[in-house]
Amino acid sequence: MAFLDIKNVRIAGMSTAVPKRVVHNNDALKACGEEDNSKYIEQIGIIERRESLELTVSDLQVMSAERMLVDLGWEKDSVDAILCVSLTPDYPLPVNACLIQDRLGLSKECYAQDICLGCSGWVYGLSVLSSIMRDGNIKRGLLLTGDGRMTWGKGRNALQFGHAGCVTALEYAPGDEGFKFNFGTDGSGFDVVIMPQSGMRKMEYDEELIKRFDDPFMQHSMEAEMKEKEFLSFCINSVPKTINELCEHYNIDYKNCDYLVLHQANKSINQHIVEKLDVAQEKVISSFEHFGNTLSASIPITITTQLKGKIEGKNTSFICCGFGVGLSWGSVSFSTKDIVISDLIEVDDNQFENLTWV
Amino acid sequence: MKSLDEFVALFAEQLDETDPSSVTAQTKFRELDEWSSLLALSLISMIDEEFDVALKGDDVKNSETIEDVYNIVVSKI
Repeated sequence: MAFLDIKNVRIAGMSTAVPKRVVHNNDALKACGEEDNSKYIEQIGIIERRESLELTVSDLQVMSAERMLVDLGWEKDSVDAILCVSLTPDYPLPVNACLIQDRLGLSKECYAQDICLGCSGWVYGLSVLSSIMRDGNIKRGLLLTGDGRMTWGKGRNALQFGHAGCVTALEYAPGDEGFKFNFGTDGSGFDVVIMPQSGMRKMEYDEELIKRFDDPFMQHSMEAEMKEKEFLSFCINSVPKTINELCEHYNIDYKNCDYLVLHQANKSINQHIVEKLDVAQEKVISSFEHFGNTLSASIPITITTQLKGKIEGKNTSFICCGFGVGLSWGSVSFSTKDIVISDLIEVDDNQFENLTWV
Repeated sequence: MKSLDEFVALFAEQLDETDPSSVTAQTKFRELDEWSSLLALSLISMIDEEFDVALKGDDVKNSETIEDVYNIVVSKI
């Protein structure tokens, strides 16, 4: 059983950057070539999403981190660790954490690594970063999550996903209650959400791929895809289960938390989970309506956009759960106090056009 | 444990355009005019809610009649 209880670390702040470009799903519907999907848009509850074909996730995370450091008043050389969670790094090698250490101007003494996870990534990232900070050798760390430039093909899957880069700033805080986690994995569902031709397993460019690649209306194997029925089935079973296990193990009543923040899969999935958990509606916050599913950014984007101005300075308890591609999931219980939440940053497509990359 | 008749009634509730009285255990649901992948999602949700059973996409695909789905649900309880 993967239960972790990590004390002496707290969330000092959160910040989110999204592309300025808004894609309205009603417009995107026409482009995805399928008819009569208006009912589908209603069911997923996603009105609009942010998308950029120019900005990578590191661009968004750098913007988000710059603002976070200013808002917290943290000197750059006081950050001892960065952990980047993404499925869409700028390059498979080197890892984004190294690029971002330099782009942010952080110290060369900095601990930096990537984690390759999607929708469960924020919870996983939180566990890894807080673990290395719990004994106080590292006092300040940044957890960077999100995805950019990811393509979900031509089908209606594409209507669900948005781009975002978030920062969750962690601080060593002796005596703080920290975080309580529960994790799980089911790799037998590896193909439920998959980008089939994206790694070393399948590298040949066959005729079928080339044909599809050139056709703007055909899904091809270098794009991500999701098996919706299997995904739904997984979500509505695993999520209530992991939250119940977490709460039983640590003797927490999730119905007493101030906020339940689920990964933002879509309206119908999340509603079903909430009903199953029987949590009061006012404890549940969501952002999928305007940002879609932003993978490992979805929990922090929801907190930053929905709770800014409402929880700073107050003791606020959270239950959060990330779940998805892997299949992989994690739930966490924690409280915030004196959290700093930055304003939402909207990044122009040409923000970094003067930077040259290999 | 719900009976087959109750299951058929719950199934019929998911449908918008089909007359519930015309739906029986032998109805070949995938041949219904309004059958769609969205309805398949509602069906999976309903079965989870009512039976606490995780129906897979393949279970729906491999079933012909509503009774076939019921039998799969029963086998998973």
